[in-house]
Amino acid sequence: MSAAANPTASNLATSQSRVGTDLSGRLRLATDEPRLVKFALISVSLLFLIVVLFVPLVAIFVEAFRKGLGVYFASFTDRYALSAIWVTFLTAAVCVPLNVIFGLAAAWSIAKFQFRGKSLLISLIDLPFAVSPVISGLVFVLLFGMRGWLGPWLDAHNMPIIFEIPGIILATLFVTFPFVARELIPLMQEQGSDEELAAISLGASGWQTFWRVTLPNVKWALLYGVILCNARAMGEFGAVNVVSANIRGATNTLPLHVEILYNEFNQAAAFAVASLLVLLAFVTLAAKSIVEWRVRRDYKLALEPTKAEDVVQ
Amino acid sequence: MSIELSNISKSFGSYQALRDVGLTIRDGELVALLGPSGSGKTTLLRIIAGLDTPDGKNNPQIRFHEEDVANRPAAERRVGFVFQHYALFRHMSIFENVAFGMRVRPRAARPSSEKIEARVSELLRLVQLEGLGKRFPSQLSGGQRQRAALARALAVEPKVLLLDEPFGALDAKVRQGLRAWLRRLHDEIHVTSILVTHDQEEALEVADRIVVMNRGQIEQIGTPEEVFHRPATQFVMEFLGQVNVFHGRVQGGQAMLGEVPLDGHYFPGKDEGAALVYMRPHELDIKLARNGSVSFPAQVTRINPAGSVAKVTTRTPEGQEVLVDLSLDDYHRLELIEGSNVFIYPKKSRVFFPDYEI
Repeated sequence: MSAAANPTASNLATSQSRVGTDLSGRLRLATDEPRLVKFALISVSLLFLIVVLFVPLVAIFVEAFRKGLGVYFASFTDRYALSAIWVTFLTAAVCVPLNVIFGLAAAWSIAKFQFRGKSLLISLIDLPFAVSPVISGLVFVLLFGMRGWLGPWLDAHNMPIIFEIPGIILATLFVTFPFVARELIPLMQEQGSDEELAAISLGASGWQTFWRVTLPNVKWALLYGVILCNARAMGEFGAVNVVSANIRGATNTLPLHVEILYNEFNQAAAFAVASLLVLLAFVTLAAKSIVEWRVRRDYKLALEPTKAEDVVQ
Repeated sequence: MSIELSNISKSFGSYQALRDVGLTIRDGELVALLGPSGSGKTTLLRIIAGLDTPDGKNNPQIRFHEEDVANRPAAERRVGFVFQHYALFRHMSIFENVAFGMRVRPRAARPSSEKIEARVSELLRLVQLEGLGKRFPSQLSGGQRQRAALARALAVEPKVLLLDEPFGALDAKVRQGLRAWLRRLHDEIHVTSILVTHDQEEALEVADRIVVMNRGQIEQIGTPEEVFHRPATQFVMEFLGQVNVFHGRVQGGQAMLGEVPLDGHYFPGKDEGAALVYMRPHELDIKLARNGSVSFPAQVTRINPAGSVAKVTTRTPEGQEVLVDLSLDDYHRLELIEGSNVFIYPKKSRVFFPDYEI
């Protein structure tokens, strides 16, 4: 006999499992763990955080400042560091907008239309997450490198891609493209297309519908995706390392610059530049928290009761 | 504005949602498209709105006031559409929701912001949401949201108002209130309206005329009284209200139930064959004794007197269940209890011939 057929017994069973009595006889919720368990769980996670996160972070700043403030600031005001910063920002400045466009288009088509090969497209979007960044870089070398498929043609027309900035941008684009799309797809699927249909029936054009209805409905998810995408675009090492010629002052990004400095035993400078990336991560985290806080606040505001009472139900 | 539809078909893959539907709706009418889910009523509504297109092969026509709009996009049809799940813009206040249709007009045709404000206030008053313009959709109750959606649809001064199961997501009490309110609103503004519903009570109560649909086709078009009391087909009979069905037959043109000829059911062209005899619960009477007129014996199996009538379930000796609605007075007078042996007297019956063409 199923539980549904015997509701009294099953109700009794659930109420017993949810509320029990501890040794002193007081009622307690089943989800209240004994103090020892609570303490152990918290200490394990704290210890883990300290070892893998906090100590390395502190180490970066300690090493960065080991030789004093002067060396610290000199490390990223020198010509090569400035060039690396420029390449990094350029890469992000190209990749993020392109991925926003791609992410919106992909999420829009997946959420609002039915077509053949849709599930294949969804899986393909995840591909860069599943593939090692080094492979992502090698793919572009295979495609555009001197011995690759398109390399000789590109070379003949004087349009080098590999070992140049376009290669860095392409590799970064590939690695970062899931971020925006991944954030938008579930949200847009959940929202459906009723609001768009309503807008169209009210006389709005396609563009008006997009700017006034679709985009505002996903703005926070979009911003969240942009933040993650930007962080990855600036921090990517593996894929970029493969396609860059690692020429200082020309095709170096910040992560590559750190590695070069480190390999030259220039520890203080390496960590100083690394600290810049860490600061960037902090900015990203702060931005992410602000976005999350805004989402929660909007949601709360929308639920807050106002004074006016219902006129007619 | 009148609406004329002809040759409307629509298939989704191998599934035919609409088969060659034709329909004319008069100016200022409130028409209900009534049918079970899958009957094609929502598809028809969306085609009228321009949110869907009819199959092109047999020259479908959609005319608004004698003007062909079949090739016009939804945005140009001046149709107000109200969705079952409201589809209010969640990130806009109620005020902005209602103003949307005016704000997206081309600059030349756009009213000034004072005019928009005045119009929105007027509409919010019309749907009884004054003072709630600053709220967001999630801060309103279901009934309020649907009224806000209605105000938004009316803001573009639609020539036609289309409502897709507008009260389907609301609970029974709210639904009843809104139904009466919608009827009053329609009497006030007189815009040609089409309401899609699967709730026969809603259609009977609100509409001027009802279009009963089944399997992508129209079964009957008529006033609520016509479709309820003079159903054209077996389906309409069964879909609108409760029915008792008896298997009878025709002998020499006379419909018979068992050995008893049924008064008023004579079919000259029909010599012999099966017939289905339909009687609604309120068209049956219960008596404790037999008198001269047609009756059959039954035993009371269940009584539910909670309501405006007493719902009595009986069983014939052949084992068929028969539902009877008895006035509360009669019920008390007869002192019925479960197990009582009674006689059932049909006051009215309808005969349909089962389809053998299948």
